[in-house]
Amino acid sequence: MSAATDHGHGAHAHDGHGHDDHGHGGASHGSLKGYITGFVLAAILTAIPFWLVMTNAIGNNQTTGLVIMAFAVVQIVVHMIYFLHMNTKSESGWTFLALVFTLTLVVITLTGSIWVMYHLNNNMMPMSPADMKHHMP
Amino acid sequence: MSTQMSTATGQPEPTTFYLEEEHHPEQGTMLGFWIYLMSDCLIFAVLFATYAVLGRNYAAGPSPKDLFELPLVAVNTTMLLFSSITYGFAMLEMEKGKQTNTLAWLAITGLFGLAFVGIELYEFAHLIHEGATPQRSGFLSAFFTLVGTHGLHVSLGILWLVILMVQVRQRGLIAENKRRLMCLSMFWHFLDVIWIGVFTFVYLMGVLQ
Repeated sequence: MSAATDHGHGAHAHDGHGHDDHGHGGASHGSLKGYITGFVLAAILTAIPFWLVMTNAIGNNQTTGLVIMAFAVVQIVVHMIYFLHMNTKSESGWTFLALVFTLTLVVITLTGSIWVMYHLNNNMMPMSPADMKHHMP
Repeated sequence: MSTQMSTATGQPEPTTFYLEEEHHPEQGTMLGFWIYLMSDCLIFAVLFATYAVLGRNYAAGPSPKDLFELPLVAVNTTMLLFSSITYGFAMLEMEKGKQTNTLAWLAITGLFGLAFVGIELYEFAHLIHEGATPQRSGFLSAFFTLVGTHGLHVSLGILWLVILMVQVRQRGLIAENKRRLMCLSMFWHFLDVIWIGVFTFVYLMGVLQ
Protein backbone atom coordinates (compact mmCIF):
# COMPACT_ATOMS: atom_id res chain seq x y z
CA MET A 1 0.00 0.00 0.00
CA SER A 2 2.69 2.43 0.97
CA ALA A 3 4.58 1.56 -2.19
CA ALA A 4 1.53 2.41 -4.28
CA THR A 5 1.06 5.74 -2.50
CA ASP A 6 4.68 6.59 -3.01
CA HIS A 7 4.28 5.86 -6.62
CA GLY A 8 1.26 8.04 -7.12
CA HIS A 9 3.13 10.87 -5.50
CA GLY A 10 6.11 10.36 -7.74
CA ALA A 11 3.94 10.48 -10.85
CA HIS A 12 2.38 13.76 -9.76
CA ALA A 13 5.67 15.39 -9.03
CA HIS A 14 6.80 14.23 -12.41
CA ASP A 15 4.04 16.16 -14.18
CA GLY A 16 5.75 19.36 -13.23
CA HIS A 17 9.13 18.25 -14.49
CA GLY A 18 8.74 16.17 -17.57
CA HIS A 19 7.28 18.58 -20.11
CA ASP A 20 10.47 18.69 -22.07
CA ASP A 21 10.60 15.00 -22.83
CA HIS A 22 7.23 14.75 -24.59
CA GLY A 23 8.04 13.22 -27.94
CA HIS A 24 9.40 9.85 -27.04
CA GLY A 25 6.65 8.30 -24.98
CA GLY A 26 7.26 5.82 -22.21
CA ALA A 27 5.42 2.97 -23.87
CA SER A 28 7.48 1.26 -26.52
CA HIS A 29 6.37 1.90 -30.08
CA GLY A 30 7.57 -1.34 -31.50
CA SER A 31 9.82 -1.82 -34.46
CA LEU A 32 9.33 -2.76 -38.08
CA LYS A 33 10.36 -6.28 -37.17
CA GLY A 34 7.83 -6.39 -34.35
CA TYR A 35 4.97 -5.23 -36.55
CA ILE A 36 5.87 -7.68 -39.33
CA THR A 37 6.15 -10.56 -36.85
CA GLY A 38 2.80 -9.65 -35.34
CA PHE A 39 1.18 -9.34 -38.76
CA VAL A 40 2.46 -12.69 -40.00
CA LEU A 41 1.40 -14.43 -36.77
CA ALA A 42 -2.01 -12.75 -36.87
CA ALA A 43 -2.53 -13.71 -40.52
CA ILE A 44 -1.69 -17.35 -39.79
CA LEU A 45 -3.84 -17.39 -36.66
CA THR A 46 -6.75 -15.94 -38.65
CA ALA A 47 -6.36 -18.17 -41.69
CA ILE A 48 -6.31 -21.47 -39.80
CA PRO A 49 -9.68 -21.04 -38.00
CA PHE A 50 -11.38 -19.91 -41.23
CA TRP A 51 -9.88 -22.88 -43.04
CA LEU A 52 -10.95 -25.27 -40.25
CA VAL A 53 -14.54 -24.07 -40.37
CA MET A 54 -14.88 -23.65 -44.13
CA THR A 55 -13.49 -27.10 -44.99
CA ASN A 56 -14.74 -28.79 -41.81
CA ALA A 57 -11.30 -30.36 -41.54
CA ILE A 58 -11.76 -31.74 -38.02
CA GLY A 59 -15.22 -33.16 -38.65
CA ASN A 60 -16.48 -32.63 -35.11
CA ASN A 61 -18.21 -29.30 -34.49
CA GLN A 62 -17.49 -29.20 -30.79
CA THR A 63 -13.78 -29.88 -31.18
CA THR A 64 -13.56 -27.34 -34.01
CA GLY A 65 -15.29 -24.80 -31.78
CA LEU A 66 -12.81 -25.31 -28.96
CA VAL A 67 -9.85 -25.18 -31.34
CA ILE A 68 -10.94 -21.90 -33.00
CA MET A 69 -11.60 -20.38 -29.55
CA ALA A 70 -8.03 -21.32 -28.59
CA PHE A 71 -6.74 -19.70 -31.79
CA ALA A 72 -8.72 -16.54 -30.99
CA VAL A 73 -7.18 -16.33 -27.51
CA VAL A 74 -3.67 -16.77 -28.91
CA GLN A 75 -4.31 -14.16 -31.60
CA ILE A 76 -5.59 -11.67 -29.04
CA VAL A 77 -2.39 -12.15 -27.05
CA VAL A 78 -0.33 -11.66 -30.24
CA HIS A 79 -2.17 -8.41 -31.03
CA MET A 80 -1.73 -7.23 -27.46
CA ILE A 81 2.02 -7.79 -27.54
CA TYR A 82 2.99 -6.79 -31.09
CA PHE A 83 0.39 -4.11 -31.95
CA LEU A 84 -0.68 -2.66 -28.61
CA HIS A 85 2.85 -3.10 -27.15
CA MET A 86 1.41 -4.46 -23.95
CA ASN A 87 3.88 -5.43 -21.28
CA THR A 88 3.94 -5.63 -17.53
CA LYS A 89 6.23 -2.62 -17.20
CA SER A 90 4.74 0.28 -19.17
CA GLU A 91 3.34 3.05 -16.94
CA SER A 92 4.90 1.15 -14.03
CA GLY A 93 2.54 -1.74 -14.56
CA TRP A 94 -0.68 0.26 -14.24
CA THR A 95 -1.82 -0.53 -17.78
CA PHE A 96 -1.29 -4.20 -17.07
CA LEU A 97 -3.17 -3.94 -13.80
CA ALA A 98 -6.09 -2.25 -15.57
CA LEU A 99 -6.03 -5.02 -18.16
CA VAL A 100 -6.10 -7.77 -15.55
CA PHE A 101 -8.96 -6.08 -13.73
CA THR A 102 -10.92 -5.69 -16.96
CA LEU A 103 -10.32 -9.29 -17.98
CA THR A 104 -11.61 -10.41 -14.59
CA LEU A 105 -14.80 -8.42 -15.12
CA VAL A 106 -15.13 -9.73 -18.68
CA VAL A 107 -14.82 -13.33 -17.50
CA ILE A 108 -17.37 -12.77 -14.73
CA THR A 109 -19.80 -11.07 -17.15
CA LEU A 110 -19.51 -13.74 -19.82
CA THR A 111 -19.47 -16.90 -17.71
CA GLY A 112 -22.05 -15.47 -15.32
CA SER A 113 -24.50 -14.59 -18.09
CA ILE A 114 -24.08 -17.85 -19.94
CA TRP A 115 -24.24 -19.95 -16.78
CA VAL A 116 -27.29 -18.24 -15.29
CA MET A 117 -29.24 -18.12 -18.52
CA TYR A 118 -28.42 -21.75 -19.31
CA HIS A 119 -29.83 -22.84 -15.98
CA LEU A 120 -32.80 -20.57 -16.39
CA ASN A 121 -33.61 -22.20 -19.71
CA ASN A 122 -33.07 -25.67 -18.27
CA ASN A 123 -35.25 -25.11 -15.24
CA MET A 124 -38.21 -23.75 -17.15
CA MET A 125 -41.17 -26.11 -16.98
CA PRO A 126 -41.78 -27.79 -20.29
CA MET A 127 -44.89 -26.32 -21.87
CA SER A 128 -47.15 -27.69 -24.48
CA PRO A 129 -48.35 -25.29 -27.16
CA ALA A 130 -51.82 -25.43 -25.61
CA ASP A 131 -50.41 -24.44 -22.21
CA MET A 132 -48.49 -21.67 -23.83
CA LYS A 133 -51.64 -20.28 -25.38
CA HIS A 134 -53.32 -20.43 -22.00
CA HIS A 135 -50.48 -18.81 -20.03
CA MET A 136 -49.41 -16.19 -22.50
CA PRO A 137 -52.29 -14.29 -23.95
CA MET B 1 8.90 7.16 1.59
CA SER B 2 12.51 7.99 2.41
CA THR B 3 12.94 9.89 -0.89
CA GLN B 4 10.02 12.13 -0.05
CA MET B 5 11.35 12.79 3.42
CA SER B 6 14.71 13.88 2.14
CA THR B 7 13.08 16.13 -0.48
CA ALA B 8 10.91 17.67 2.18
CA THR B 9 13.87 18.53 4.35
CA GLY B 10 15.25 20.68 1.57
CA GLN B 11 17.98 18.35 0.37
CA PRO B 12 17.57 18.57 -3.42
CA GLU B 13 18.21 15.32 -5.24
CA PRO B 14 17.38 16.08 -8.85
CA THR B 15 19.58 13.32 -10.23
CA THR B 16 17.96 10.43 -8.41
CA PHE B 17 14.54 12.00 -8.99
CA TYR B 18 14.92 12.04 -12.75
CA LEU B 19 16.34 8.56 -12.92
CA GLU B 20 13.33 7.26 -11.10
CA GLU B 21 10.78 8.99 -13.30
CA GLU B 22 12.32 8.37 -16.70
CA HIS B 23 10.26 5.23 -17.22
CA HIS B 24 6.89 6.91 -17.70
CA PRO B 25 7.09 10.33 -19.33
CA GLU B 26 3.53 10.12 -20.67
CA GLN B 27 1.83 12.57 -18.32
CA GLY B 28 -0.87 10.00 -17.79
CA THR B 29 -2.59 10.49 -21.17
CA MET B 30 -1.72 7.03 -22.42
CA LEU B 31 -2.75 5.41 -19.14
CA GLY B 32 -6.00 7.39 -19.13
CA PHE B 33 -6.73 6.41 -22.71
CA TRP B 34 -5.94 2.80 -21.93
CA ILE B 35 -8.45 2.89 -19.07
CA TYR B 36 -11.03 4.31 -21.50
CA LEU B 37 -10.29 1.39 -23.84
CA MET B 38 -10.74 -1.04 -20.97
CA SER B 39 -14.16 0.47 -20.18
CA ASP B 40 -15.00 0.17 -23.88
CA CYS B 41 -13.92 -3.45 -23.59
CA LEU B 42 -16.55 -3.91 -20.87
CA ILE B 43 -19.24 -2.53 -23.21
CA PHE B 44 -18.26 -5.15 -25.74
CA ALA B 45 -18.15 -7.84 -23.03
CA VAL B 46 -21.77 -7.07 -22.18
CA LEU B 47 -22.75 -7.16 -25.86
CA PHE B 48 -20.91 -10.46 -26.29
CA ALA B 49 -22.71 -11.84 -23.24
CA THR B 50 -26.03 -10.70 -24.68
CA TYR B 51 -25.20 -12.43 -27.93
CA ALA B 52 -24.15 -15.58 -26.06
CA VAL B 53 -27.51 -15.64 -24.27
CA LEU B 54 -29.77 -14.67 -27.20
CA GLY B 55 -27.69 -16.07 -30.06
CA ARG B 56 -29.82 -19.18 -30.45
CA ASN B 57 -33.24 -17.61 -30.17
CA TYR B 58 -34.09 -17.69 -33.84
CA ALA B 59 -37.87 -17.31 -33.37
CA ALA B 60 -38.30 -19.74 -36.26
CA GLY B 61 -36.31 -17.30 -38.37
CA PRO B 62 -32.99 -17.70 -40.16
CA SER B 63 -29.99 -19.12 -38.27
CA PRO B 64 -26.35 -18.03 -38.64
CA LYS B 65 -25.77 -20.94 -40.97
CA ASP B 66 -28.41 -19.63 -43.38
CA LEU B 67 -27.18 -16.04 -43.28
CA PHE B 68 -23.41 -15.72 -42.88
CA GLU B 69 -21.07 -15.84 -45.84
CA LEU B 70 -17.65 -16.75 -44.52
CA PRO B 71 -15.65 -15.65 -47.61
CA LEU B 72 -17.04 -12.13 -47.16
CA VAL B 73 -16.14 -12.20 -43.45
CA ALA B 74 -12.65 -13.43 -44.34
CA VAL B 75 -12.18 -10.49 -46.72
CA ASN B 76 -13.43 -8.11 -44.05
CA THR B 77 -11.07 -9.57 -41.46
CA THR B 78 -8.19 -9.16 -43.91
CA MET B 79 -9.10 -5.49 -44.46
CA LEU B 80 -8.99 -4.79 -40.74
CA LEU B 81 -5.75 -6.71 -40.27
CA PHE B 82 -4.13 -4.80 -43.14
CA SER B 83 -5.31 -1.52 -41.66
CA SER B 84 -3.66 -2.50 -38.36
CA ILE B 85 -0.27 -3.13 -39.94
CA THR B 86 -0.44 0.04 -42.07
CA TYR B 87 -1.24 2.07 -38.96
CA GLY B 88 1.82 0.47 -37.39
CA PHE B 89 3.89 1.64 -40.37
CA ALA B 90 2.44 5.15 -39.94
CA MET B 91 3.60 5.12 -36.31
CA LEU B 92 7.11 4.01 -37.33
CA GLU B 93 7.31 6.87 -39.87
CA MET B 94 6.02 9.25 -37.21
CA GLU B 95 8.86 8.14 -34.93
CA LYS B 96 11.31 9.02 -37.69
CA GLY B 97 9.62 12.40 -38.08
CA LYS B 98 8.68 11.88 -41.73
CA GLN B 99 5.43 13.76 -42.12
CA THR B 100 4.61 12.88 -45.75
CA ASN B 101 5.15 9.16 -45.22
CA THR B 102 3.11 9.22 -42.02
CA LEU B 103 0.23 10.90 -43.84
CA ALA B 104 0.47 8.42 -46.71
CA TRP B 105 0.29 5.40 -44.38
CA LEU B 106 -2.56 7.01 -42.44
CA ALA B 107 -4.45 7.52 -45.71
CA ILE B 108 -3.93 3.85 -46.64
CA THR B 109 -5.13 2.85 -43.16
CA GLY B 110 -8.23 4.99 -43.65
CA LEU B 111 -8.95 3.36 -47.01
CA PHE B 112 -8.71 -0.13 -45.49
CA GLY B 113 -11.00 1.05 -42.69
CA LEU B 114 -13.47 2.39 -45.25
CA ALA B 115 -13.34 -0.91 -47.12
CA PHE B 116 -14.13 -2.72 -43.86
CA VAL B 117 -17.09 -0.48 -43.05
CA GLY B 118 -18.28 -0.64 -46.67
CA ILE B 119 -18.26 -4.45 -46.72
CA GLU B 120 -20.02 -4.55 -43.38
CA LEU B 121 -22.72 -2.14 -44.58
CA TYR B 122 -23.12 -4.24 -47.72
CA GLU B 123 -23.57 -7.32 -45.53
CA PHE B 124 -26.13 -5.57 -43.32
CA ALA B 125 -28.04 -4.30 -46.35
CA HIS B 126 -28.01 -7.79 -47.80
CA LEU B 127 -29.34 -9.30 -44.54
CA ILE B 128 -32.06 -6.69 -44.20
CA HIS B 129 -33.04 -7.18 -47.83
CA GLU B 130 -33.47 -10.91 -47.12
CA GLY B 131 -35.79 -10.09 -44.24
CA ALA B 132 -33.20 -10.76 -41.52
CA THR B 133 -33.76 -7.42 -39.81
CA PRO B 134 -32.85 -6.65 -36.18
CA GLN B 135 -36.54 -7.01 -35.33
CA ARG B 136 -36.75 -10.55 -36.72
CA SER B 137 -35.40 -12.51 -33.73
CA GLY B 138 -33.40 -12.26 -30.54
CA PHE B 139 -30.40 -13.64 -32.37
CA LEU B 140 -30.57 -10.94 -35.04
CA SER B 141 -31.10 -8.15 -32.49
CA ALA B 142 -28.03 -9.26 -30.57
CA PHE B 143 -26.06 -9.73 -33.79
CA PHE B 144 -26.81 -6.27 -35.19
CA THR B 145 -26.14 -4.62 -31.83
CA LEU B 146 -22.76 -6.30 -31.33
CA VAL B 147 -21.44 -6.07 -34.88
CA GLY B 148 -23.06 -2.67 -35.42
CA THR B 149 -21.41 -1.22 -32.30
CA HIS B 150 -18.05 -2.43 -33.54
CA GLY B 151 -18.72 -0.96 -36.98
CA LEU B 152 -19.71 2.33 -35.39
CA HIS B 153 -16.42 2.36 -33.48
CA VAL B 154 -14.47 1.79 -36.69
CA SER B 155 -16.45 4.54 -38.47
CA LEU B 156 -15.70 7.01 -35.68
CA GLY B 157 -12.08 5.86 -35.77
CA ILE B 158 -11.95 6.78 -39.48
CA LEU B 159 -13.43 10.20 -38.70
CA TRP B 160 -10.81 10.68 -35.99
CA LEU B 161 -8.12 9.56 -38.43
CA VAL B 162 -9.20 12.16 -41.01
CA ILE B 163 -9.24 14.91 -38.39
CA LEU B 164 -5.74 13.94 -37.24
CA MET B 165 -4.49 13.91 -40.83
CA VAL B 166 -5.72 17.49 -41.25
CA GLN B 167 -4.05 18.47 -37.97
CA VAL B 168 -0.75 16.84 -38.92
CA ARG B 169 -0.88 18.57 -42.31
CA GLN B 170 -1.52 21.95 -40.69
CA ARG B 171 0.71 21.79 -37.63
CA GLY B 172 3.20 19.07 -38.48
CA LEU B 173 4.36 16.25 -36.25
CA ILE B 174 4.36 18.27 -33.04
CA ALA B 175 4.28 16.60 -29.65
CA GLU B 176 0.51 17.04 -29.29
CA ASN B 177 -0.19 15.42 -32.63
CA LYS B 178 2.15 12.56 -31.84
CA ARG B 179 0.28 11.98 -28.61
CA ARG B 180 -3.06 12.02 -30.46
CA LEU B 181 -1.75 9.63 -33.10
CA MET B 182 -0.61 7.27 -30.36
CA CYS B 183 -4.05 7.33 -28.76
CA LEU B 184 -5.71 6.58 -32.09
CA SER B 185 -3.16 3.82 -32.64
CA MET B 186 -4.26 2.14 -29.43
CA PHE B 187 -7.93 2.65 -30.36
CA TRP B 188 -7.42 1.18 -33.82
CA HIS B 189 -5.51 -1.89 -32.67
CA PHE B 190 -8.03 -2.37 -29.87
CA LEU B 191 -10.85 -2.53 -32.43
CA ASP B 192 -8.94 -5.19 -34.30
CA VAL B 193 -8.69 -7.21 -31.07
CA ILE B 194 -12.46 -6.93 -30.58
CA TRP B 195 -12.95 -8.07 -34.18
CA ILE B 196 -11.05 -11.29 -33.40
CA GLY B 197 -13.76 -12.02 -30.84
CA VAL B 198 -16.50 -11.12 -33.31
CA PHE B 199 -15.36 -13.24 -36.21
CA THR B 200 -14.56 -16.21 -33.99
CA PHE B 201 -17.50 -16.13 -31.64
CA VAL B 202 -20.23 -14.78 -33.94
CA TYR B 203 -19.36 -15.84 -37.45
CA LEU B 204 -17.24 -18.97 -37.19
CA MET B 205 -19.03 -20.45 -34.18
CA GLY B 206 -22.37 -19.45 -35.71
CA VAL B 207 -21.70 -21.33 -38.91
CA LEU B 208 -20.50 -24.35 -36.90
CA GLN B 209 -23.78 -24.81 -35.04
